[in-house]
Amino acid sequence: METVKQETLLEIDNLNFSFKTQRGLVRAVRDLSITIKKGETLTLVGESGCGKSVTAHAINQLNPMPPGRVDSGRILFNGIDLLQLKKGEIEKMRGTQISMIFQEPMTALNPVFTVGSQIADVFMTHQGMGKDEAMARAVELFHLVKIPAPERRIHAYPHQLSGGMRQRAMIAMALASPEPGLMIADEPTTALDVTIQAQILDLLGDLKQQIDMSILLITHDMGVVAEMADRVVVMYAGRKVEESDVNSIFNDPRHPYTLGLLNSLPSNPKYKQAKRLEAITGTVPDLLTIGDGCPFANRCAYATDICRSSFPSMSEINKDHSVWCHNHESVKREKAQ
Amino acid sequence: MVKHILKRLVLLLPTILGVVTLVFFMIALAPGDPARVMLGERANAAQIAQLRAELGLDEPLIKQYGLYLSRVVRFDLGKSITSGQQVAEEIGKLFPATIELAFMAMIFASVLGILLGVTSAIKRNTWVDYTTMGGALFGVSMPVFWLGLVLIMIFSVWLDLLPTGGRMNIRYYFTPITNFYVIDGLILLFKEGTAKYLVSAIQHLILPTIALGTIPLAIIARTTRSSMLEVLQQDYIKTARSAGIREKRVIYRYALRNALLPVITVIGIQFGLLLSGAILTETVFSWPGIGKWLYVAIGARDYPSVQGGIIFISVFFVLINLVVDILYSVVNPKIRLQ
Ligand SMILES: Nc1ncnc2c1ncn2[C@@H]1O[C@H](COP(=O)(O)OP(=O)(O)OP(=O)(O)O)[C@@H](O)[C@H]1O
Ligand SMILES: [Mg+2]
Repeated sequence: METVKQETLLEIDNLNFSFKTQRGLVRAVRDLSITIKKGETLTLVGESGCGKSVTAHAINQLNPMPPGRVDSGRILFNGIDLLQLKKGEIEKMRGTQISMIFQEPMTALNPVFTVGSQIADVFMTHQGMGKDEAMARAVELFHLVKIPAPERRIHAYPHQLSGGMRQRAMIAMALASPEPGLMIADEPTTALDVTIQAQILDLLGDLKQQIDMSILLITHDMGVVAEMADRVVVMYAGRKVEESDVNSIFNDPRHPYTLGLLNSLPSNPKYKQAKRLEAITGTVPDLLTIGDGCPFANRCAYATDICRSSFPSMSEINKDHSVWCHNHESVKREKAQ
Repeated sequence: MVKHILKRLVLLLPTILGVVTLVFFMIALAPGDPARVMLGERANAAQIAQLRAELGLDEPLIKQYGLYLSRVVRFDLGKSITSGQQVAEEIGKLFPATIELAFMAMIFASVLGILLGVTSAIKRNTWVDYTTMGGALFGVSMPVFWLGLVLIMIFSVWLDLLPTGGRMNIRYYFTPITNFYVIDGLILLFKEGTAKYLVSAIQHLILPTIALGTIPLAIIARTTRSSMLEVLQQDYIKTARSAGIREKRVIYRYALRNALLPVITVIGIQFGLLLSGAILTETVFSWPGIGKWLYVAIGARDYPSVQGGIIFISVFFVLINLVVDILYSVVNPKIRLQ
């Protein structure tokens, strides 16, 4: 964090992504800008359906298109606009410089191939290795992600491994890239039980120490954020509502939605003071009928008339912390009381 | 794995016993006197009595059943009433023709069906998809005998490209070796260096194969398409893509291998059903196999032949199921490793 002049690895610039559905146009991501620096862990937080996965999949173009469509924006990776790349070119980026871990280790590995052969296939695809060498490398990776008895486990099918082991295997697969630049982890621990969650997070932390890579970590758990993040982007209904370094957002959350997320943290009595924010009431607005106002307005205790008619512009709290809220000053005042 | 197969083999025995029992009682309990039915309206009482004695019809039913079982176990299916030949021998001579045709039809249907199904799935909702699936719908609704006749009319009569029937150019005075003509053709190709038998055998196979294979082809294509569409939604496909695996490989290895599971089951069922289609196809194309023979036997009320034919077809069906079962567990590690 203190290294101010870090190089930018990924820059999502004003991305708008929508899905054409039978019910109408779903604007899943709106005017979203995110920057990830080299070596940084950025967490993307928000509740279910707010567009975290769509954002992540926009990067390596895994959203189904159609029905998905990029309406506008750029996604610069090392200065190259990924959205301008041809199909074959983006295919080459995947698994070499941008890799991905998914939420459900149960379903994210192919059930009819051994985990080892799935990892070996990545080596063989990108580095032209023969089968034996690729398998040997897969064993090495299993060591790296701390899977016990890797020589044996490499020949296991996914259904023969526990959830935690499978997630480790997924991570190993994501590491099978020749030049890991960005690892996108889409809720990598959500489906695991608590002790395993902690182990997987530790592993990711360790790996980041060993391998020079950036992580885009998607979660809806502020506890995970506290443990892993350098910086945080909070999303709500397709929009970025707050962005900050991890200390500032925990010390001085400014968006009422962020406050709500922090309040739901069981281990955080600090935020319990603001009584009426203990739980976020109401439901996420329907993305089909959503207007131009602040999407959180219908659930927000601080909402005023202006919130319903226009989306706020950026307010800078400090150089690493920005919020998109008309009433962020009231949030601050109330917390101070 | 071996244990699994052995277990399935043992389980076959009760199934086959069931078939034999059913076939026996079907005839024994059919209304009317089998002997009278076999001999027709104009037979006199003495002739009927003689046939009843020959067939053991005067014994108590349970004893007849026991005798029948003990003969079937020894592959003795009785004598054909029309030809006087041993039924088992006749079947032994005829079944290669049927199996050869059935295999060709199934290979044709499976390979093309899977290919079309996959193409439809990846080009879904384009004209390729609509044309293929429209064609498949047309294919399943077409009666086999009618399709056979249309094929003969177009390719044999109008275009004069392919023979109308039979298995081999009769002018070749061909003496079969294995009775599988394609295999015989191959043997002769190596032994005598002439390809003409092989070519002729294949030429004769083309139209019946298409006629017999079209319905399974259509069903396999549709099953493959829907199975593929489902598999392509799965997370592990996204994983493979996210790891940069090339799209062709994602489709033909990562997706297809999973999508094949239901397809294999359908192929097995279609293979079994094929034999009923074979009766019509063989008749239309004068194909000297079990189907045509059974058709004649039914017309002639040749009960021993009918019984033998049904038992043969059923055993074949059961064996195909076994093969499907084994294939299924080869493709699906969850079953294989149980
Ligand atoms: N293929 C699709 N077709 C139509 N709408 C889609 C599609 N994929 C996503 N969406 C919509 O986009 C919105 C954002 O979905 P996304 O998967 O990004 O949510 P998320 O933040 O990742 O949620 P979760 O925490 O549940 O994973 C949702 O409203 C969803 O309905
Ligand atoms: Mg998601």
